[in-house]
Amino acid sequence: MSDRPLLAVENLSVHLRTEAGLARILDDVSLAVPPGRTVGVVGESGCGKTTLLRAILGILPRGALIPGGAIRFEGRDILADRAASARGRIGFVPQDPYLSLNPVFRAGDQILEIMRRHAPGTRRDHRAKLVELFRAVQLPDAEAALRKYPHQFSGGQRQRLLIAAALSCDPALVVADEPTTALDVTTQREILALLRRLAAERNLSLLFVTHDFGVLAALCDAVTVLYAGRVAEAGPTRAVLDDPRHPYTRLLLACHPDRAVDLAGIPGTVPAATAQPAGCRFHPRCPIARPACADAPPPPVALPGGRAVACPHHADALPEPALA
Amino acid sequence: MARFVIRRILLALPALFGLVVLTFVLSRVVPGDPAATLAGDAATPAQIAEIRAQYGLDRPIWEQAIVHVRQVLTGDFGRSVFSGRPVVEEIAFRLPATLELTFAALLLSTLFGVALGLVAALDHNGPVDHLVRLLSIGGLAIASFWLAIMLQLVFSMDLDWLPLRGRMDVTLGTPPRVTGFLLVDTLLAGRPDMLASALRHMVLPAVTLALPGLATIARFTRSGVLEALQKDYVLYARAAGYGRVRLAAIYVLRNAVTVTVTQIGLLFGALISGAVAVEAVFDWPGLGTYAVQAILSSDYKALLAVTMVVGVVYAVVNVAVDVAQALIDPRVAEEMS
Repeated sequence: MSDRPLLAVENLSVHLRTEAGLARILDDVSLAVPPGRTVGVVGESGCGKTTLLRAILGILPRGALIPGGAIRFEGRDILADRAASARGRIGFVPQDPYLSLNPVFRAGDQILEIMRRHAPGTRRDHRAKLVELFRAVQLPDAEAALRKYPHQFSGGQRQRLLIAAALSCDPALVVADEPTTALDVTTQREILALLRRLAAERNLSLLFVTHDFGVLAALCDAVTVLYAGRVAEAGPTRAVLDDPRHPYTRLLLACHPDRAVDLAGIPGTVPAATAQPAGCRFHPRCPIARPACADAPPPPVALPGGRAVACPHHADALPEPALA
Repeated sequence: MARFVIRRILLALPALFGLVVLTFVLSRVVPGDPAATLAGDAATPAQIAEIRAQYGLDRPIWEQAIVHVRQVLTGDFGRSVFSGRPVVEEIAFRLPATLELTFAALLLSTLFGVALGLVAALDHNGPVDHLVRLLSIGGLAIASFWLAIMLQLVFSMDLDWLPLRGRMDVTLGTPPRVTGFLLVDTLLAGRPDMLASALRHMVLPAVTLALPGLATIARFTRSGVLEALQKDYVLYARAAGYGRVRLAAIYVLRNAVTVTVTQIGLLFGALISGAVAVEAVFDWPGLGTYAVQAILSSDYKALLAVTMVVGVVYAVVNVAVDVAQALIDPRVAEEMS
């Protein structure tokens, strides 16, 4: 039981009907979050990170198709079985604390509404628990915070509110969508430290989406690198960052000492989701691509240390100019 | 909040004073000599001069202005040039009828407008949405005097469901006048039969008057809801597991109606002017018919008073709208102070 992952995404594909045609946003994506661990998903804008989160949270946009795959949470397929919906058991920390709270309702009331639907107990219980949570996320003056409107909090405080909201129904898993990008650097550090502490204290599993390798290194036990809707590489964070094997990851990490995902250093552009190249989706930009790379999507190759990489040429050296 | 309300009221005062001055200026700019009109076609110049002196029209214009301002501030609008009765009395008699009608129309257009706008937005580009859009274009395009007559033809003449005109079944008499609002007075008199009759008489004129406003409110609510649905906080609320109904009917709607509420304030002016035509068709003894008479007979005292009263009502409604907006969105009150 203990080695079974809390959350398992299995061969998930998500397509979206758009005016430009069918967008294959996610293709055969698998990842697992073991109990009590923190897993990062990294990739640049448009790689499918957000769609993956929305699939897990059950809020895919209208017109989304799921041609294959499953998402198992605590053993139940939450995609197939709507009754098994994991609302309340999966907490969500959104990307932008400024835009994620409704400005015309008290912040406390917005969280209490979530608890009313998904947590046991009376409103009085919920209020008491929320004040306790406000203290746990180090909001100043927790009692008064219940009566304040969102605009009366700073950005960092709002992210603390949202973290409290994510924890309000005693989740087993918290899913966070780049929760620090909208904040300034000092606040980012505080929020990351808070998340790490809370996850450890409460034995939470965390699925953390980011485009920032620094955040990844600071917080995550394991990482899955997405490129154009497919898993490029996955494994323990330290191992992947120290010795990336997929050409995409290698280029990213080599080009950018500040370690933020940005494709400026890699020739070409990310393919549009409606016009994905055949075969390996990275091959048009890959310095070591062979003709065969355009034929079929490369299956993941298992590597020692619990790693996997979707590139048969992962052992080849990259040509020098590509790394310059 | 109390400070906000007081501030908002104080801000309305200069506007009202401006209205006092403006009405006076306008009354002196419009063509037509009220004294000559009152004296009649056969009057001699001496008779006209006498009337002019009697109403103070021979005084210097600035003196007339000061007298006018003083009179308005003390609530003394003088006597009607036409009927010779105090203007205030005549207006006090007719204002409740118009207010009753306009508030009924406002209520109808707000309730149905918001509801239709909401269901249209939730069915974005679906059949309900198209129907509501068609209705709202129609509501704005149809002339109210035409609609009034059509409603009379169908619901009074053909189907005989609702009374044709007036405020009350004449065979029932009238309740003792306390407030002038028939719905209130019939209740005070303990006459449910009269109340029912008053309500039945109100349906057609109120619906006629409400339709353009309803169309406007439906459009603004629809676009407000559509805009609010795109917001990150809606996605977040869905992810956090808000119920669908609560999300749409409370969570999103409250954001959406901030725009709608502003519209309601603006609509009130349109409702008052719309009441002129509607009151005429339905023989409704309100301020609209009174204003028409005053214009036709160059009764400038009455006209000034009507303008002032409508201006005051308009100002009060807009203060109420601002307060409502501050209650809906807490940021409004804070921005102002």
